[in-house]
Amino acid sequence: MLLGAIGVGYGFFTSHLSFEEVETLLAEEAHHGGGHGEDVAHAAPAHDAHAKENAHGDTAHAKSGEHHVDAHKEHVEHVQHQIANRPWSALYVAAFFFMMIALGVLAFYAIQIAAQAGWSPVLFRVMEGITAYLLPGALIVLAIAVASGTIGHYNIFMWMNPEVTNPESHHYDKLIDGKSGWLNIGWFAVRGLVFIAGWSLYRHFARKFSIAQDTAEDNSNFKKSFRISAAFLVFFIYSESIMSWDWIMSVDPHWFSTLFGWYVFASMFVSGITVIALVTIYLKSKNYLEFVNENHLHDVAKFMFAISIFWTYLWFSQFMLIWYSNIPEEVTYFVTRFQDYQLPFLGMVVMNFVFPLLLLMNAEYKRIPWFVVMAGLVILFGHYVDIFNMIMPATVGDRWFIGIPEIASVLLFAGLFIFVVFTALTKAPLLVKGYPFRKESEDFHY
Amino acid sequence: MEASKVIHAIYTDDDVLMSAVKKVKAERFHIEEIYTPFPVHGLDKAMGLAPTRIAITAFIYGLIGLTVATVMMNFIMIEDWPQNIGGKPSFSYIENMPAFVPIMFELTVFFSAHLMVLTFYLRSRMWPFKNAENPDPRTTDDHFLMEIAVDGNEKELEELLAGTGAVEINLVDKAH
Repeated sequence: MLLGAIGVGYGFFTSHLSFEEVETLLAEEAHHGGGHGEDVAHAAPAHDAHAKENAHGDTAHAKSGEHHVDAHKEHVEHVQHQIANRPWSALYVAAFFFMMIALGVLAFYAIQIAAQAGWSPVLFRVMEGITAYLLPGALIVLAIAVASGTIGHYNIFMWMNPEVTNPESHHYDKLIDGKSGWLNIGWFAVRGLVFIAGWSLYRHFARKFSIAQDTAEDNSNFKKSFRISAAFLVFFIYSESIMSWDWIMSVDPHWFSTLFGWYVFASMFVSGITVIALVTIYLKSKNYLEFVNENHLHDVAKFMFAISIFWTYLWFSQFMLIWYSNIPEEVTYFVTRFQDYQLPFLGMVVMNFVFPLLLLMNAEYKRIPWFVVMAGLVILFGHYVDIFNMIMPATVGDRWFIGIPEIASVLLFAGLFIFVVFTALTKAPLLVKGYPFRKESEDFHY
Repeated sequence: MEASKVIHAIYTDDDVLMSAVKKVKAERFHIEEIYTPFPVHGLDKAMGLAPTRIAITAFIYGLIGLTVATVMMNFIMIEDWPQNIGGKPSFSYIENMPAFVPIMFELTVFFSAHLMVLTFYLRSRMWPFKNAENPDPRTTDDHFLMEIAVDGNEKELEELLAGTGAVEINLVDKAH
């Protein structure tokens, strides 16, 4: 109960703080909306933007080189759109980041049950608490995505603009039109809802069986939980892959990559494991988890280390294959990231690979809580930047900055996340009592 | 020169061996060596052996491998003959680095693994045609043997070992 009070208090504190900041965020947006006069003065980069428009496949502008005034107008409209996109994207990045933590933890939880892991059952309630954020979090992400195409002015997904599939229109885009059988708002929303329903149903029943097992006489709940975990993992890998195309890859509707689903998965998986470690260390420091020892921490830290390297492997595989063959239609993705996002793009590799590699390699360091916390914070920040790098170049281009909209959105969702997670942690005892591997897990020794 | 004498206490169970080791350590006798047919989990801790440093050597070997790969490819591909091969930028190492990463990775692993194995062989004195140092062939099958040096205290030690569940206690002259 005390823990709940701490968690609730902390959650309210941070989300309250950030609500105010979100107000300034909106004011900021209004300020930018009115500030376009200054941008008109920037006539020089018009050709720049013009080139970019071409890269976006907007062939209508190809011959407008001599129409300098037109190009200038195009440029201002382009920048105006980018600036208007920024708070949307900032909100979307933060919402997705926290949703993916919960989803990554859910996948990890299902794997632990399906693999009948003997070390992790003492952490199951922590994982169940974190996955409580999945349902609200995923609905928020989907709501922002759909709202950006209905309430907003197609601020995140340009394929949501009905003009691009209208052959009569000035904005007509043949490539997007060709994909409109998949990329249309109705079907997008239905897919999203199906995925969220699947994940939430698994989460609901796994939690239900887990709590029922506490007082059960036999292992029937455990067996049910095992079966639905195996089924969920099959559903998850399909739905996660499609989710990553829908929710992230389609911000660049002209670009595609086959290992993108795995790449997003690695990012969410390592963030989720890191959050398990952080929440566990926090609860342990408050003496709520006396059955968790440094051997459990060591195992979680090993997962953080290994999946960080797995993420790097996928990141590099995706980057190197595209860099090597340098096919214009797909390489623009990395060209924009290298030109306009050099620091975040390369900085995240340092944070997500070099730091965990060097910090978590030593077996002794993996057992020291503050060390794991430091490494975990770097990993989490690195994966926020990872999501930032996936979304922002397609929506705001070179107008990016990690300023008030971004930080406020992160604080808002961090507060909501902490509130939901710690509230859920108060709903059940923190040790799975009747779980068949509980004893083994309590005595776990590396 | 008188040959030094050792006691060979033979056990048939690893749990009995573990408790015997703890008892002998508690009586402050020095255990020369223990021969087992398979790894006994926790035996090194019970004997108070220092932890291995082989992981540290492996890390250093990996760094050497990374350096070798980098220096080699920088010399060959960038400095010595910077050809244009399929439009890959060979002006500096960093520009063409993604193409070199697979080799850098593999050489790091190669050096790390092989040099670590060689280090292990050298440190544990293992090589082909080496004479086996096995005091009792049964320890390769199902017996455990604890070797303790004696220094005129055979009686005391034999009594202690008999109390730890040893199935056989032999006083052996160890010719040096």
